[in-house]
Amino acid sequence: MLCERCQQREATIHLTQVVDGEVKKVHLCQKCAEEAGFDLQGSVSVSDILLGMGVGKAQESTPEKATRCPRCGMRLSDFKQRERLGCPACYDAFADELMPLIKAMHRSERHVGKRPGEAGGLPMGVRRELEQLRGALESAVAEENYEEAARLRDRIRSLESSESAEGDGERGQP
Amino acid sequence: MKVDDLLRKPGAWLKRGSRDDVVVSSRVRLARNLAERLFPEWAGEDERRRIWDEVSGVLCGLPQLQRGLCVETSEIDEVSRRFLFERHLISRELIRKRRGSGLVVRGDETLAVMINEEDHLRLQSMRPGLSLGRTLNMVNDLDDAVAAEFTYAFSRRLGYLTACPSNVGTGMRASVMLHLPGLVLMNEVEPIVRGLTKIGLAVRGLWGEGTEISGNMLQVSNQVTLGVKEDEIAVNLEQVIMEVVEHEHNARLRLMEQRGEVLRDHVGRAYGILGNAHLVSTGEALDLLSGLRLGVDLGILKDIRRETIDELMVLTQPGHLQKLAGRRLKARERDRVRADLIRRRLKAGEDKGAGD
Ligand SMILES: [Zn+2]
Ligand SMILES: [Zn+2]
Repeated sequence: MLCERCQQREATIHLTQVVDGEVKKVHLCQKCAEEAGFDLQGSVSVSDILLGMGVGKAQESTPEKATRCPRCGMRLSDFKQRERLGCPACYDAFADELMPLIKAMHRSERHVGKRPGEAGGLPMGVRRELEQLRGALESAVAEENYEEAARLRDRIRSLESSESAEGDGERGQP
Repeated sequence: MKVDDLLRKPGAWLKRGSRDDVVVSSRVRLARNLAERLFPEWAGEDERRRIWDEVSGVLCGLPQLQRGLCVETSEIDEVSRRFLFERHLISRELIRKRRGSGLVVRGDETLAVMINEEDHLRLQSMRPGLSLGRTLNMVNDLDDAVAAEFTYAFSRRLGYLTACPSNVGTGMRASVMLHLPGLVLMNEVEPIVRGLTKIGLAVRGLWGEGTEISGNMLQVSNQVTLGVKEDEIAVNLEQVIMEVVEHEHNARLRLMEQRGEVLRDHVGRAYGILGNAHLVSTGEALDLLSGLRLGVDLGILKDIRRETIDELMVLTQPGHLQKLAGRRLKARERDRVRADLIRRRLKAGEDKGAGD
């Protein structure tokens, strides 16, 4: 795809922009994006952040990085081009490149939520209570009972945080 | 169950729900992958087909999904794929996929699983109105049932591992579909969109990424999936949406008070055109139906039910029209069939309303 501004260079930056209350896709080459002063901060497109990391430049100047995922054979350049990883093991194989990207996207490097088969690593009792609270919160909101809703919301948050403090223990899978 | 069986019923979201004058539907999607297997796009067709066989076999037998729809994308024609897309059951990406990708849907459409889209599994639940908590509960239960059958790709540090790092962690995307005619008519939608974007939420049009806003519909969803809990994602989004609902209500109120004439004209024109036109395009239909919906919500139109309008918003989409007709229709033909359908339904609604 050609850059929609200069119509000359390949578009490597794909942004979802909201202009005049309308959501638009913008496809630009790096030069035009810089000239236009696009705010790459607000967007989470993978290629934007990859470019910010210098992965895009690396491909132009130096021969492509030889690292391959030992499990699926994907190279970093494949990922850059496809914006999709090859297999779960890619997360380890490309950890050096991926972690800054993940941190930039999510402003976090650590999962705190659910684990397979258990909601947030919570014991069954707590989990059922949470489910009930979620239902009750919804009813409270529907009935415009905001005091009750606020109380339930606090209760949900405190249940979750008290459990997560010890959540880094033995539970969960590799 | 066949694709056509879905046509006889309204979608999961076309029922009454909390705040449904503004929040059309709530949806929660979980991205999941099988451990030790290549992600769908990198896997190649043979492996994708093996995964489809393994996964669809088990999923179609789960109590939650039994007697539902279970189809490989390659089994169904283009109109059917488009039809499922319009019901928010498959993504644009899955439409393009052929062998080894597909869909499992529960009969009432509250639960659906896309298999071998970007990830091996995309579990989705959808409910009418603002209902993120219950929607999350439903998809969580399905997720647990699936986790009992397969080993997921999961890391202690990064959570559920997904083909795109933008989904890693919870793999959860909570979204709501909003109808915001008040804010649009008052020219106040832009700052709202900007505000939502600023706090890290994604704002899209009715049909997802990159499409323009039609029918005054906006989809709002979380983008951050790592370092937050599922409940936090749901509760935080819900709180923000409650504020947007308040802004919309406020805008409608001011519209009534300050620009009543313009408002009644807007609604009346929409009604006049839809009640009499013989050629109506998809986009025009959506925009005018949005006007009717506002008219009904504000009590300006008394003889039409909102369910009729919501149903028409879906039925007038190209895939649905062609399903209803039972054959392919050219664009011009669709405009005619669409106009006929709307005129008929509005007339029927009037008769019913008058009889009450
Ligand atoms: Zn350019
Ligand atoms: Zn790999």
